[in-house]
Amino acid sequence: MELYQMTIHELHEKLVAKEISAKEITESVFSRIDKVEDKVKAYLLITRDTAFEQAKDIDEKIAAGEKISPLAGIPAAIKDVMCTRGVRTTCGSKILENYVPVYTSTAVENLLREGIVMTGKTNMDEFAMGSSNENSRFFPTHNPWDLERVPGGSSGGSAAAVAADEAIFSLGSDTGGSIRQPAALCGVVGMKPTYGLVSRYGLIAFASSLDQIGPFTKDVTDCAIVLNYLIGHDPMDSTSVKIDKPDYTKALVGDLKGIRIGVPKELMAEGIDSQVKSVVENAIRILAENGALVAETSLPNLAYALSAYYIIAPAEASSNLARFDGVRYGYRVPDAEDLMDMYMRTRAEGFGDEVKRRIMLGTYALSAGYYEAYYGRAQKVRTLIINDFNRAFDEFDVLVSPTSPTTAFKIGERIADPLQMYLSDICTIPVNLAGIPGISVPCGMVDGLPVGLQIIGKSLGEEMVLRVAYNFEQLFGWKEKPNL
Amino acid sequence: MAISEKDVKHVAWLARLALTDEEVQKFTQQLDVILEHAGKIAELDVENVPPTSHAIPIRNVFREDEVGVCLAPEEALLNAPKKENQSFVVPRIV
Amino acid sequence: MEFESIIGLEIHVELATKSKMFCACSTRFGEEPNTQTCPVCLGLPGSLPVANEKAIEYVIKSGLAVGCDISLYSVFHRKNYFYPDMPKNYQISQYDLPLCVNGHIDLDMEGYETRIGITRIHLEEDTGKLIHVGGAGRIAGAEYSLVDFNRAGVPLMEIVSEPDIRTPEEAKAYAQKLRSILLALGVSDVSMEKGSMRVDANVSIRPKGSTEFGVKTELKNLNSFRSLQRALAYEIERQKKAIEAGEVIVQETRHWDENKGVTSTLRTKEYAHDYRYFPDPDLVPMEFKSDWIEKLRAELPELPDERKQRFMKDYGLPAHDARLLTEDKPMGDFFEETIALYKGDPKFVSNWLLGDISYYLNTENLEIDETAITPRHLADLLRLIDQGVISGKIAKEIFPEIFETGKLPQVIVEEKGMTQISDESEISSIVDLVLQENPGAVKEYREGKERALGFLVGQVMRLTKGRANPQLVNRLLREKL
Repeated sequence: MELYQMTIHELHEKLVAKEISAKEITESVFSRIDKVEDKVKAYLLITRDTAFEQAKDIDEKIAAGEKISPLAGIPAAIKDVMCTRGVRTTCGSKILENYVPVYTSTAVENLLREGIVMTGKTNMDEFAMGSSNENSRFFPTHNPWDLERVPGGSSGGSAAAVAADEAIFSLGSDTGGSIRQPAALCGVVGMKPTYGLVSRYGLIAFASSLDQIGPFTKDVTDCAIVLNYLIGHDPMDSTSVKIDKPDYTKALVGDLKGIRIGVPKELMAEGIDSQVKSVVENAIRILAENGALVAETSLPNLAYALSAYYIIAPAEASSNLARFDGVRYGYRVPDAEDLMDMYMRTRAEGFGDEVKRRIMLGTYALSAGYYEAYYGRAQKVRTLIINDFNRAFDEFDVLVSPTSPTTAFKIGERIADPLQMYLSDICTIPVNLAGIPGISVPCGMVDGLPVGLQIIGKSLGEEMVLRVAYNFEQLFGWKEKPNL
Repeated sequence: MAISEKDVKHVAWLARLALTDEEVQKFTQQLDVILEHAGKIAELDVENVPPTSHAIPIRNVFREDEVGVCLAPEEALLNAPKKENQSFVVPRIV
Repeated sequence: MEFESIIGLEIHVELATKSKMFCACSTRFGEEPNTQTCPVCLGLPGSLPVANEKAIEYVIKSGLAVGCDISLYSVFHRKNYFYPDMPKNYQISQYDLPLCVNGHIDLDMEGYETRIGITRIHLEEDTGKLIHVGGAGRIAGAEYSLVDFNRAGVPLMEIVSEPDIRTPEEAKAYAQKLRSILLALGVSDVSMEKGSMRVDANVSIRPKGSTEFGVKTELKNLNSFRSLQRALAYEIERQKKAIEAGEVIVQETRHWDENKGVTSTLRTKEYAHDYRYFPDPDLVPMEFKSDWIEKLRAELPELPDERKQRFMKDYGLPAHDARLLTEDKPMGDFFEETIALYKGDPKFVSNWLLGDISYYLNTENLEIDETAITPRHLADLLRLIDQGVISGKIAKEIFPEIFETGKLPQVIVEEKGMTQISDESEISSIVDLVLQENPGAVKEYREGKERALGFLVGQVMRLTKGRANPQLVNRLLREKL
């Protein structure tokens, strides 16, 4: 087995035992990148030199007999939505094509402090708007399981990098499913923690009340390990929650007995591919056969989640993206006649169609005369959805559903039909609106393409989510790998 | 129609996006489909429902009035498309 | 037709916090461009705001001082519009849930009193500064502009009055009174010159007796209390003439030109702004407990109105003096400290402060606490007069030197040999000399022209360089005539 194929916890054991060095791990991962990156196109920027410097630091620490963090020397890829000081950060957009941040996001800083080896910045849909990575202004990323298919999005590069073993783990961001949906389509573990658990400082905002950073990993144990270091209160983020940091690896208890699992019928309804549905039903059966108490339930207002989301998220985005105007950073048209001309053409050339659509949608939803009918009402619907979840969590410890209604679709298949593309996130969006945690774990295959099981927990209920996910992973024993 | 070409032009102007006539047409059609779907929320009775802006019930997050470290001006202006006299240059405003 | 004018003021005040509203950058004024910025106040991608608690406290204290109701629940909204001095192209401000509502300020217009309502006080962030290059530095005609973000994000309090103001004089008095209250609170340096107090005025006119509002115009570039009053007077007159000529008043923003003394169209509201306000998802709501608000209320210092009443009661000052002395906190403090040292007639102190000292401060454009003079100086000076060591005239002559050097009055008097001559024989011989040299005046006086006496006193003063004891000169002249 190659080092690049291993998990964080496997590599850490070998590092501590001095069987291998951080340099060797890094070499292994970069040799893999060299071999498959041309096919997968997961990275927008590869930071090989700094990666080897970081690995060297860790090896020196080990040599000096220092205790190292479980993340020390582990190669990780970062979605290009997180600012990294001195390292170009584009957000998948032409408008930030040459942007070099002067500070590092808190989430990345938290991991750098633990000694990760950053391999590079991963491809994404422009400003995290999309479900296929086709909205990257640079190039699309390919699904490692079938290079003609999309990896999902918007964190498609980060999902593909882990699936293709081009990183041991990666970070993504999830506003409506952008971690869980690509994790499902690429056959890896992806988690969106509770809103406020991971600092958003330095995360280039799409929709501020929904955005959350989370990990892509090869297994649930790795997910718990990364989460341990990713979270934490940040005084720079007003929406960051203050809690005592748990050790999430302690939640990985091999026992499902008595755990109450609800299956919302709205998330198993029309729109879910029948083959995906039967794979998920099989997964649910495994949980039930091993001690979990499974029952169907109903969250009636989930039927309105997509509608509410496509008002709230664009509204916030229209305001968040106003700052990209060619004045202080980013692209500026070279020949502007005056300020207005500069604004209009800089943004027209700098943004792609999907970003423009959402900016216009959000501007419309907030504009005079429409605010109450759209934004005001959507915020009330959000309350109804939260109430539905609260009621469900009175009865159940977790809820489960398919992560994505289909497996990975062909590149180009949905690009002309925005609404069809939006439906890719129908199962994940309600979780963002409610600000609660959700994870996607691989649960089987349809026609050689992976399917993800989504496990949803109550607010700050990460431990229960991880526990159910861990048990499923152990019971299911999925070992498939894409053939690259 | 949930949205007209005139609306799209106005919204594009508010958002400072230059659109060609073909784009106005294309976006009007696409936004109309999306808004029609989004308009589904009109079905719900939300009469006595309070709005949610944040899914988390956090209140009163403040910082102390203390001065911290600022960026060096060359860092502040690092990514400026055009600069002069340690300032950002913008084309004539009127 | 007789018209009345309807005036409302929107006043922006920069708060005197050490750091900015949503980040830890310094608020210092007048630094080199773009030296006080960070990812937050530059609006860099990924940065987030965290509210400065002190600024919120300052706004609530201001609200309490003008009788506002303090909101127990308040929210920051985003106000969306594009402008190059605004880093995020939205301003974090407040919309339907401001910190303070329903206050008022009472004005003593010396002849009548009037109450001006305050609709709301809210908190927002200031913008950066634009410098226009070419076209004589004005925005119109400039080739391009430079942006400095040092000021971007400085906490800004907006105080919106009800349209209760009826005259330019009331507008000026309201703005001055507000300034004096904020000075007493110490929440801002409230300087129109430095731009930490900015006044915009909305004005319309209507036939007297009518209850409907006319079309209003908004006046900008009012850089002093004087220009506020002048601009309003001009604009009211302009609207009257326009209406009398059968023209229609256009709702627009007008620019006051201080040199030409006229207002002119800045922009018409053809593009009605659509600010698309919505709650800022990067910030969380504020909830205040009433006992915390009561604690702030208890901490309020003595406010100008209370102080004015006390000055009238404790020092027997007329209302006019008491108002002027308490309008400016440092002036009131100076008065009280002088009284404590001097222990003489408070009205005498007031006359000096409101007379010669104020005149000097106005001419030099200084505040009392920006000069070398201290209450000790004034108390000593007044005591020298009381003791007959110097005349009032000498006192007036030497105090510019006190202002400039900070020397004590008795030192200056001694250095210059300016002590008063009270020796009767010495003055008597000078009086004799003056009578000899001015037979014309002597004749006029004897013919009943009382005025001639003043001339003769002046001559004695001239010869003694003002040092002669004036009472003595008067008495001796009358005796000898």
